[in-house]
Amino acid sequence: MALNSVVIVGAGQGGFQVAASLRQEGYQGNITLIGDEPGLPYQRPPLSKAYLLGKISATALLFRPKDFYTQQNIELVHDQAVAVDRNNRQVRLASGRTVDYDHLVLAMGAHNRPLSVPGAEAQGVFGIKTKADADALAPLVKEARNVVVVGAGFVGLEFAAVAAANGATVHVLELGDRPMARAVSREMSELFRCAHEGWGVHFDFRQGIGHILTEGGKVCGVETVEGKRLLADLVVYGIGVIPNLQLALEAGLDIDNGITVDSTLLTSDPHISSLGDVAAFPCIHNDQKLLRLESVQNAVDQGRAIAARLVGKPAPYTALPWFWTDQGTLKLQIAGLSNGCDSTVVLGAPESNQLSVLCFRQDQLVAVESCNRPGDHMAARKILARPPRLTPAEAAATGFELKVWEAANRD
Amino acid sequence: MPTLTFIEHSGTTHQVNGEVGQSVMQAATFAMLPGIQGDCGGACSCATCHAYVDEAWMERFPPAEGTEVDMLDNVTERRANSRLSCQLVIAEGMDGLLIHLPASQY
Ligand SMILES: Cc1cc2nc3c(=O)[nH]c(=O)nc-3n(C[C@H](O)[C@H](O)[C@H](O)COP(=O)(O)OP(=O)(O)OC[C@H]3O[C@@H](n4cnc5c(N)ncnc54)[C@H](O)[C@@H]3O)c2cc1C
Ligand code: FES
Repeated sequence: MALNSVVIVGAGQGGFQVAASLRQEGYQGNITLIGDEPGLPYQRPPLSKAYLLGKISATALLFRPKDFYTQQNIELVHDQAVAVDRNNRQVRLASGRTVDYDHLVLAMGAHNRPLSVPGAEAQGVFGIKTKADADALAPLVKEARNVVVVGAGFVGLEFAAVAAANGATVHVLELGDRPMARAVSREMSELFRCAHEGWGVHFDFRQGIGHILTEGGKVCGVETVEGKRLLADLVVYGIGVIPNLQLALEAGLDIDNGITVDSTLLTSDPHISSLGDVAAFPCIHNDQKLLRLESVQNAVDQGRAIAARLVGKPAPYTALPWFWTDQGTLKLQIAGLSNGCDSTVVLGAPESNQLSVLCFRQDQLVAVESCNRPGDHMAARKILARPPRLTPAEAAATGFELKVWEAANRD
Repeated sequence: MPTLTFIEHSGTTHQVNGEVGQSVMQAATFAMLPGIQGDCGGACSCATCHAYVDEAWMERFPPAEGTEVDMLDNVTERRANSRLSCQLVIAEGMDGLLIHLPASQY
């Protein structure tokens, strides 16, 4: 079947990548990239760190300048897709316009899980998802004296580090008993807890937020479920995300925590693909079980895979998941998936904030978390890309170095 | 606007307009050059922007430090003039900057 028009819904990390990769692969048909955010497609990671700190400009957030879309003949449509008519292969937009597709790519991403406590609608309460959020937040961060962060996940902690660097008193409320509990090992959590405390961040673990205290419509504090009160002129929450599934649900596509796709990222409709934060894919690094990941790597590599398939080079998607987060002076990089990890080997010197945690499951290396040891991360990405033969005993030997092992064990 | 020259591993040459203050990675990806990916958007986290700065231009950039040095340790085909191009900021007087692209980022 000739492919004359590819329509992409969602002009974020994944949607943009599909469009750019299609052109790089030589695809010459129409590309319509539909996004409901204003402006040109941009990257989100700096929103909670470098951009908020004023270290990078709004232009540097953009994936590409305006000319790129004209030169590459990618039609960028600022509108919201409201319905997919699969029989007629047509997308309907909020403006009433309809767009026909030969192939549709769903890249709607996810939205922040809302903070559903009394007072959450007060001025000065923020989630961070869009550039608009960061633009509204940036001037307030500079002035804030007392900041409460709800949720000790990646975005919450990145923001906590920014607020502390700006001189605010920062409290982090977290239901769990350690930072980033769902994503990293105890050893790594501990390093981050100490570092944040060193920057003046206070953690309140096993504490949920009860309600937000307001004064004249503005936030002035929070009360925890247990009745502890904290002063706050700014509250930022990062308590997880919810995939934007509405469009796919109404279109009757298979859904299981995300839009279900097969190993080539096709949905239950062969004319529709999906990727990024909104898609649940069978992951070879997760025993082929469905997985929905929220990371740049995932959106980018899946975008490339879809583009390659659309130009006639289908291949199962097998890329190794990796991730990074920058918090203050710490760069945490994770290669692989630590689900079900039952033993760890630790390398480095946590007292100088340099640590790698090798995560094993039944003596098989499944993930490596590295803080300020980017060399380990790079080596780990190579090692984990193939079924690794590294044993815990080898890794625990005195003087063991991932880099050296990787170089010695290449095929 | 400084003009940058990129030479692919195969010898194909590209002239690209850069802007002062922009990174070499951005100049390359904006021009859709093959070989520079810049997956992490310049956060020095992915090493898919590896390139070789022509020897004659090496000293025009501050030397690699910290994270970049460690990341470079593990790129494919590391050389003395290897850099992560997202860390190279284009400055005044860099018209003619010459960058060699690696055969692959992997
Ligand atoms: C503050 C922040 C910091 C982050 N930091 C990191 C980091 O350090 N490292 C990392 O690996 N990852 C990070 N991430 C995660 C990463 O940015 C996401 O995983 C990635 O953007 C997912 O890409 P996507 O294309 O699936 O979704 P998105 O990039 O979110 O794009 C989806 C787009 O679709 C639009 N859309 C939704 N519905 C419709 C519709 N019906 N019609 C039209 N448009 C629609 C949305 O408005 C949005 O613009 C961060 C995310 C955030 C929010
Ligand atoms: S763009 Fe990722 S390290 Fe340079």
